[in-house]
Amino acid sequence: MLRFILKRAGLAILVAFTVSLISFSLLFLSGDPAAAIAGEHASDQDIEAIRRIYGFDRPMLLQYWEWLSSALMGDFGESYYFKLPVAGLIAERLSITMTLGVCGISFALLTAVPLGVAAAIRPNSLLDRFALFLSVAGQAMPSFWFGLILIVVFSIQLGWLPPSGTATPLHFVMPTIVLGYYAMPAIMRLTRAGMLEVLSSDYIRTARAKGAPEGLVMFKHALRNAIIPVVSLAAVQMGFMLGGSIVVESIFALHGAGYLAWESISRNDLPTVQALILVFSMFYIVFTFLADVLNAWLDPRMRAG
Amino acid sequence: MTQTADPLLQEITGPTPGQLLRKRIFGHQGLLIGSIVLGLLVIVALFAPLIAPHDPYAQSLLARMEPPVFLGGSWEHPLGTDHLGRDYLSRLIYGARVSLLIGLVAALISGLIGTAMGVAAGYFGGRVDAVVTFLINVRLAMPVVLVALAVVAIFGGSLTVVITVLGLLLWDRFAVVMRASTLQVQGREYVAAARAIGCSNTRIVMSEIMPNIVNNLIVVITLEMAHAVLLEAALSFLGLGVQPPTPSWGLMVSEGKQMMLFEPWLVLIPGFVLFALVLSINLLGDGLRDVTAPENRN
Amino acid sequence: MTDTPILSVRNLTIDIPVGGGTLHAVRGIDFDLNRGETLCIVGESGSGKSLTSLALMGLLGKKISRRADRMEFDGIDLMKTSQRGMRKLRGLRMSMIFQEPMTSLNPAYTIGDQLAEALLLHKKVSREQARARAVELLEKVGITAAKSRLSQYPHQLSGGLRQRVMIAMALMCEPELIIADEPTTALDVTIQAQILRLLVDLQKELGMAMILITHDLGVVARVADKVAVMYAGELVETGPAADVFGAPAHPYTRGLLRCIPVPGKTERGAELGTIPGIVPSLVGEVSGCPFRTRCDHAVDACRQPIPLREQQAGRHSFRCVHPDGRAASPQEVPA
Repeated sequence: MLRFILKRAGLAILVAFTVSLISFSLLFLSGDPAAAIAGEHASDQDIEAIRRIYGFDRPMLLQYWEWLSSALMGDFGESYYFKLPVAGLIAERLSITMTLGVCGISFALLTAVPLGVAAAIRPNSLLDRFALFLSVAGQAMPSFWFGLILIVVFSIQLGWLPPSGTATPLHFVMPTIVLGYYAMPAIMRLTRAGMLEVLSSDYIRTARAKGAPEGLVMFKHALRNAIIPVVSLAAVQMGFMLGGSIVVESIFALHGAGYLAWESISRNDLPTVQALILVFSMFYIVFTFLADVLNAWLDPRMRAG
Repeated sequence: MTQTADPLLQEITGPTPGQLLRKRIFGHQGLLIGSIVLGLLVIVALFAPLIAPHDPYAQSLLARMEPPVFLGGSWEHPLGTDHLGRDYLSRLIYGARVSLLIGLVAALISGLIGTAMGVAAGYFGGRVDAVVTFLINVRLAMPVVLVALAVVAIFGGSLTVVITVLGLLLWDRFAVVMRASTLQVQGREYVAAARAIGCSNTRIVMSEIMPNIVNNLIVVITLEMAHAVLLEAALSFLGLGVQPPTPSWGLMVSEGKQMMLFEPWLVLIPGFVLFALVLSINLLGDGLRDVTAPENRN
Repeated sequence: MTDTPILSVRNLTIDIPVGGGTLHAVRGIDFDLNRGETLCIVGESGSGKSLTSLALMGLLGKKISRRADRMEFDGIDLMKTSQRGMRKLRGLRMSMIFQEPMTSLNPAYTIGDQLAEALLLHKKVSREQARARAVELLEKVGITAAKSRLSQYPHQLSGGLRQRVMIAMALMCEPELIIADEPTTALDVTIQAQILRLLVDLQKELGMAMILITHDLGVVARVADKVAVMYAGELVETGPAADVFGAPAHPYTRGLLRCIPVPGKTERGAELGTIPGIVPSLVGEVSGCPFRTRCDHAVDACRQPIPLREQQAGRHSFRCVHPDGRAASPQEVPA
């Protein structure tokens, strides 16, 4: 178990370094960062001066090393647009994105798991078909369109929910649904498939032969085994969702990290963009790592090994 | 024992594999619906100039935001006009070209990259496999929307840039699936036999392995095509994908958003067409998987 | 033992819907089992042995239908017992041991939890009492260091140990009837004998009735009080083990017996018997003797419904058109 965790941790760190290298090199893909900072009306001398001040004239690897070492200390440089430390900007915005992510994954799990279980208990029933329909539709639904439809219906027509902002918990309802619906199909399908497989296994028959009531068979004996892969999928989806929050945050004008990313990209604010890519990657890496560990812990066969 | 007509002895004659496949294809609702809708959209996209009633770029300040026919508009503009007075139906029809082109080409590019990586990893194993698996992990760790937005912002939102970026980003599922399929086929006797008679690696991969995993490849191509279509729409919606005045469905939703309060159909119509396209591609992909490998159905 | 049988089955029929028809998997089975007796059900794979036992436990799948004129356990009509009522019988008064010890235990829970559950489901006892009972039974089934095993997970045990755990689990509530469905098939040969001996000893010690399902005739000869031979969903011959083995009446039973070597009787180098042909498909209407396509004595009358013949009234019976299981004309190659 410990060896497994160490191995995974080592891999995660290696992946993180590679991602940092890629996100750093984006800066140079853009051509001349100095020109970007100086703005459209700058003279050549101005650009040259900025290049020297920011150190863009030095070898790239050296710059990467400096960027990385300060990034490890929590310093991502200064935003070209806000002229403020990037780390502070992101930290300020992150709580909204995290709230949204946690709400979204909870919503996805709370709807998808019961639906998947119910569908597996009665395959090909009306409920099963409905669940399948929801998941197929969910995979094809453009999330920005879904968000706008919700706004049209619940904010404009019915006036039940606020269309944008973060002032109250009500503001998070629609963003949560849109973001959660994105993760729902995969979780539902995996729960259903896992339950179907487990329900046909020998140990379920053993439980019934012992005289266990159906409820106990379903939840204690079947779900406990079927849920293991779902837990790790949920963690991975959580990582994806935080990365995908950019669309949702822009629709509902939630000023979180995703919104910041969108603004910064539009404004060519590269240090902020770089840092955000790294931060979102780190979330994914950490969540998949936690998923692996949790998975190993939930499965007695891996816990011992 | 010479009882010829004993019912117990009757040979059980089943349908041939071909008959079975046909039966499965025509018995699969999702596959049928998916291919019909997708087929229609492809025809519309191919013959856009013949079908579209107007020039999708022609603006008319006198006929702005006319409602569609079913909301009291005229047949002159069956689906109404947008905020610049451009015919909505024509823009939708030309938009099909953009979506399908981006989806197909991006899926082909990433398919090429991902398949090469996945097959190499599965076939050679060892270090090659370790490197490919690592690259897949790195790729999965990068937030697709964010990276795509950033790169498109840097290079400018032309069709070529969007296609290239998506093509370079969406290879992960190809690599994962092709690696697993290759590993599975790898252990079969006919591969060992080919090796035993001294076939080259290229030959084994091309004539022994590829034909046996190509059905999985086709399924992933459809799924990633749907993914690319959705991503393009999202990028364009955020204003960092295909640039105006190109008729992209995501862009149309974004432009309609300003008027959403008064004219919700401006958002509903292009979004629905997008939904229908992605749904039909997904149904086709799921259907192909069910039909070619019924044992993999969950 | 002449009291009323603990288990009495008449005309048990099991149908399974399959693509394009109905599989008549079990057709018209009759048998009785007295307290403390062992009944061995013998037959090839697919002959309906396991389905019969699952039908008794009420564990057939939802789509599988069973019918019977009578199916009574200690005077309780199992056909009329609700799912709820069956749950109260299962594990408490009738238990079952399955073929696959490797997959029959839940991988997510410890041995102790799973053993204790069997008792806690039926009796008002504390967890400690249930665990104490589990230790007691683990010792009884010959597991050393029983107490420390309680916290182990199934994957940490070998197949033989797991089957011992399964037996202990079945015995937690001291059932009156135990059904063992090929309990040793999945195990190593050396382990097979141990497990079987254990099962038979426990059955004698606890005075349970037992149904042992097997295709191993050697096992049957050693442990059975009664034998029921099944072929393609029908009971072709049934009776006291000594009678069936001593004077097999049905051609299928005789064929089966020819397939096993008997020390001292089978000549060295002599060919063992085989039964040519394959088991017929049971989809659609099945009439007449199902064995006729492989039988040396088949005649036209075999396509008609076959009468039940009594070799010895009320004891040994079989289904064959021939009065003694053989055609009049001497066609048969002597065994």
